[in-house]
Amino acid sequence: MIEVKNISKSFDEKTILHNVSATFYTGKTNLIIGQSGSGKTVLMKSIIGLVRPEEGEILYDGRDSMKMNSKQIKEIRKEIGMLFQGSALFDSETVLGNVMFPLIMFTHQSQEEMLERAHFCLDRVNLTGAENKYPSEISGGMQKRVAIARAIALNPKYLFCDEPNSGLDPKTSILIDELLSDITHEYNMTTIINTHDMNSVLGIGENIVFINKGHKEWVGDSKQIYTTDNEAINDFVFATHLFQEVKRFHNLELTGSKQ
Amino acid sequence: MLIKSSLASMGQYCIFIRKIFTIPDRWSVFFKRTVLEISKLGIDSIPLVIIISLFIGAVCAIQMQLNTTSPLMPAYTVGLATRDIVLLEFSNSILCLILAGKVGSNIASEIGTMRVTEQIDALEIMGVNSANFLVLPKITAFVLFMPILVIFCIATSLFGGICVAIFTDLISLSKFIYGLQAMFNEWYVWYGLIKCFFFAFIIASISSYFGYHIKGGALEVGKASTNAVVTSSILILLFDVILTKLLLQ
Repeated sequence: MIEVKNISKSFDEKTILHNVSATFYTGKTNLIIGQSGSGKTVLMKSIIGLVRPEEGEILYDGRDSMKMNSKQIKEIRKEIGMLFQGSALFDSETVLGNVMFPLIMFTHQSQEEMLERAHFCLDRVNLTGAENKYPSEISGGMQKRVAIARAIALNPKYLFCDEPNSGLDPKTSILIDELLSDITHEYNMTTIINTHDMNSVLGIGENIVFINKGHKEWVGDSKQIYTTDNEAINDFVFATHLFQEVKRFHNLELTGSKQ
Repeated sequence: MLIKSSLASMGQYCIFIRKIFTIPDRWSVFFKRTVLEISKLGIDSIPLVIIISLFIGAVCAIQMQLNTTSPLMPAYTVGLATRDIVLLEFSNSILCLILAGKVGSNIASEIGTMRVTEQIDALEIMGVNSANFLVLPKITAFVLFMPILVIFCIATSLFGGICVAIFTDLISLSKFIYGLQAMFNEWYVWYGLIKCFFFAFIIASISSYFGYHIKGGALEVGKASTNAVVTSSILILLFDVILTKLLLQ
């Protein structure tokens, strides 16, 4: 479980995060959602440690990363897997090389053991057969899956995903969402996904934190989001006609089942 | 304002160097990467070094012959002057200025692209010291291989001069070769090799610094590449003066 307590962050006198507190649960897909510029990426980067908040606490299962020295932070980062928006695969390495990278750097396994683990991770994301291809030779969806395989190679306790569906078609987006959700439950990880893809919000959101203008505006799950009367989240999630219709049908269904 | 930003950059460079020179997480990975960098930065530069050295050596010999047509000067002066120009300046300073363009832009754009595409962030998140992992093999490889490039340059330049003696009637081959051997000062070779270590370090570290600290998108990669080449070149010239004063006086 990751707990964020009262964190604030400013850039050049502009406050991006105002006293934000949130809890991200183990074994659940935790989503951070919000409009562009709302501060959700800064919140995620603060949790990972790429940005240092001015105040507050970030607790990884009770361990405050704000009070850790560089050695302790290095250790905790070995428990973290990260899926970047642009995949961030190493261009000079093959698919297999990318997945094996964290194993080579941080384990003392034999070559055979590392290969076995890398093949297992690639198999888990349905990428068997693409081992010897370079990132530039595979599609965006496949790159995301390689990035997921690399992120889970070390069996991380915490998985961070920064806009995992950006640049993907809806069908591939659903596949990636399902994969992230399955992996989270299978390995009992604390997964935090930063997204503004409404399909993800309604599909896999088990704990949704809505950030609005640097404040935590709302917390709930994908079911509660249909019934909330919070204006800001309704404006954000059900902004398009399609999602307004989805909400209408969902609420109709709900009313029907109650009657 | 300029002084303030220059001092800030210098401070940032020092912190960056400190981050680079730490013990690698995995020595085997470090050695593997160093060998790869030797191939990429060093061995791949040999054709360029050979072509440039051959022609500059030939031009030096022709210029010397055309500008030292005094009866008071012995004919072997052409060989002697060509050799000393090559040993003292061309094989190290000028060669490094040329390599600052090729290798410097290569390093800055490679690391810069990694920064822009979040590959460096990915390394940091994994707990890898990205500066050490990416830059130390480059500096080690280039500093280690630079003397070999300098020796290649010296040999090819002098061969260029010999070609002039063979294929033109400007100077006789025997007198040119006599000139190459006359009044030889071994220290000049060491002087060139010592300088090249400094220049190789400047090229690799400055270019890495500019690539590593890119903020923004693809446009910044081009800017960083240009800044890396310009700054490396200026520093090479500055250190050339300082080292010449220290080593030859």
